[in-house]
Amino acid sequence: MMEDLYQEIILDHYRKPHNRAPSLVDEDVHVHHSNPLCGDEMDLRLRVVDDRVDGLVFDGEGCSISQAAASAMTDAVIGREVKDALDLVEDFRRMMHGDDPARPDDLLDGVAFQGVAKFPVRVKCALLGWMAVRDAIQTYERGASAHTVNHEE
Amino acid sequence: MTIDVPTLRKEFPTLSRELDGQRLVYLDSAASSQTPTAVLDAMDHFYRWSRSNVHRGVYPLAEEATDLYEGGRTKLASFLDADPRGVVFTKNATEACNLVAYSWVRRNLREGDAMLSTVMEHHANHVPFTYAARDLGFEVRHITLTDDGQLDLDVARRLLADGKVRFLAVGHVSNVLGTINPVAELARMVREANPDALVHVDGTQAAPHLPVSFRDLGVDFYAVTGHKMLGPTGIGALVARPELLDAMDPFLSGGDMIRDVTLEGSTWNDIPHKFEAGTPMIAEAAGLGAAVDWLTDLGMTRVREHEVALTAAMIEALTSIEGVTIHGPTDMAVRGGAISFAVEGVHPHDVGAMLGSKGVCVRVGHHCTKPLMRCLKLNATARASSYIYNDVDDLEPLVDGIEAARSFFAR
Repeated sequence: MMEDLYQEIILDHYRKPHNRAPSLVDEDVHVHHSNPLCGDEMDLRLRVVDDRVDGLVFDGEGCSISQAAASAMTDAVIGREVKDALDLVEDFRRMMHGDDPARPDDLLDGVAFQGVAKFPVRVKCALLGWMAVRDAIQTYERGASAHTVNHEE
Repeated sequence: MTIDVPTLRKEFPTLSRELDGQRLVYLDSAASSQTPTAVLDAMDHFYRWSRSNVHRGVYPLAEEATDLYEGGRTKLASFLDADPRGVVFTKNATEACNLVAYSWVRRNLREGDAMLSTVMEHHANHVPFTYAARDLGFEVRHITLTDDGQLDLDVARRLLADGKVRFLAVGHVSNVLGTINPVAELARMVREANPDALVHVDGTQAAPHLPVSFRDLGVDFYAVTGHKMLGPTGIGALVARPELLDAMDPFLSGGDMIRDVTLEGSTWNDIPHKFEAGTPMIAEAAGLGAAVDWLTDLGMTRVREHEVALTAAMIEALTSIEGVTIHGPTDMAVRGGAISFAVEGVHPHDVGAMLGSKGVCVRVGHHCTKPLMRCLKLNATARASSYIYNDVDDLEPLVDGIEAARSFFAR
């Protein structure tokens, strides 16, 4: 059971997260997302240049799944056009609800989280960073610079 | 005489389970206890043998059902040293707290009044009253904690000084910190400041573990739930002073709670029936009756002695692990069996998942006490809580699991 949930790739991201930082130069949007059920908190900062995700960092507190998933998300999303990034977020979201991913190669290490779908309580953990980047892009598209979301069910 | 745990454990079917070849180690009784076969048999007997409705039938079967239901009430009343006329069956302790909020607090407190509570309350004993305060505009004051997780009585004295407090809502034992609160002393303090003030106690975490005398506590309301004291889910109770219930209006209305009904209106049944609208939880009352019989046979003094010895051993085992700290008092005179702990560098969710994979059931999260979590500047904790079917042989799997989590997740 532990091996299904905590694959080595996931633990690597947890121990050495990518793009984890408390600030981002020239940020366009800052979103704050929290998962009241487990008390996870996440700050995500986005910079868009020429309609592409140019800079993306996250910071916060949470379980290994939430932190590792956010780290893997930044790798998969940075450099993509914003519409394409949203499409990839949707692919990850569907994977968390039991579907096979349509773009496994583009999700990069994100595919390692497919097994989390078998642990319903942890799905929200894995989704936290991905929902935060979707919200950051949508906030940017609305022309706003900050947004706070509480994932209360 | 100490409790013979290996023999007693045989009476709890769930505890005989193995998960992936590992013995089930159940350390989540503060969330819900296990159920002995005596309770299952009592409920089964009602459905297989005496199934009918209560109170209205004149045939023998209905009298049996009524006896089972009212017998549950009498047994619970005697278990808590209370008058059976003051024992109202509810769905759970949350509903019991709501009964007090709707039938007393909302009908008596107004703008300019105040109620007193604490920062450590379970949401069940917090939300119904802050909800009422939002609607009615009375003030809610909160007793804060000392460094070791006890209520600060100096703060309580200051909050009572102006005599405006008309109601106190306080938990008997904290479900997170394990703290046993001095409810009798608080009740005296509240009444000294305002002789007409009422005191409501959430006894959810106390009634299963401590000898409780409603009369000796000198409080007005005492809420309990069945499923944490070996009984079934779906039944709890509000224990109250009968004369107080007599003077109060009903909470829920409908069948069975009336004396007479006309097209224009109704008059109310006698207490406690006035507060029990509709067909009640008959099998559950029979089950809860069997549960308190079972606990009474075991002896609540022994139950508490077992808790003291095991909790002290568990605190010692946990704090001997590097990086583990516990929240709440360590003096067993003022604490119950719920132990919240933190593992340095490992999120409670990950601790819980690792322990779960080894067959050890603990709770992780905010434990329905978000104001307390904010006070303690925590997002979540892991919590191990024992009961009579746990023993020192459950400590090794707990310690091994936490050490495995440390080596697996430590960054």
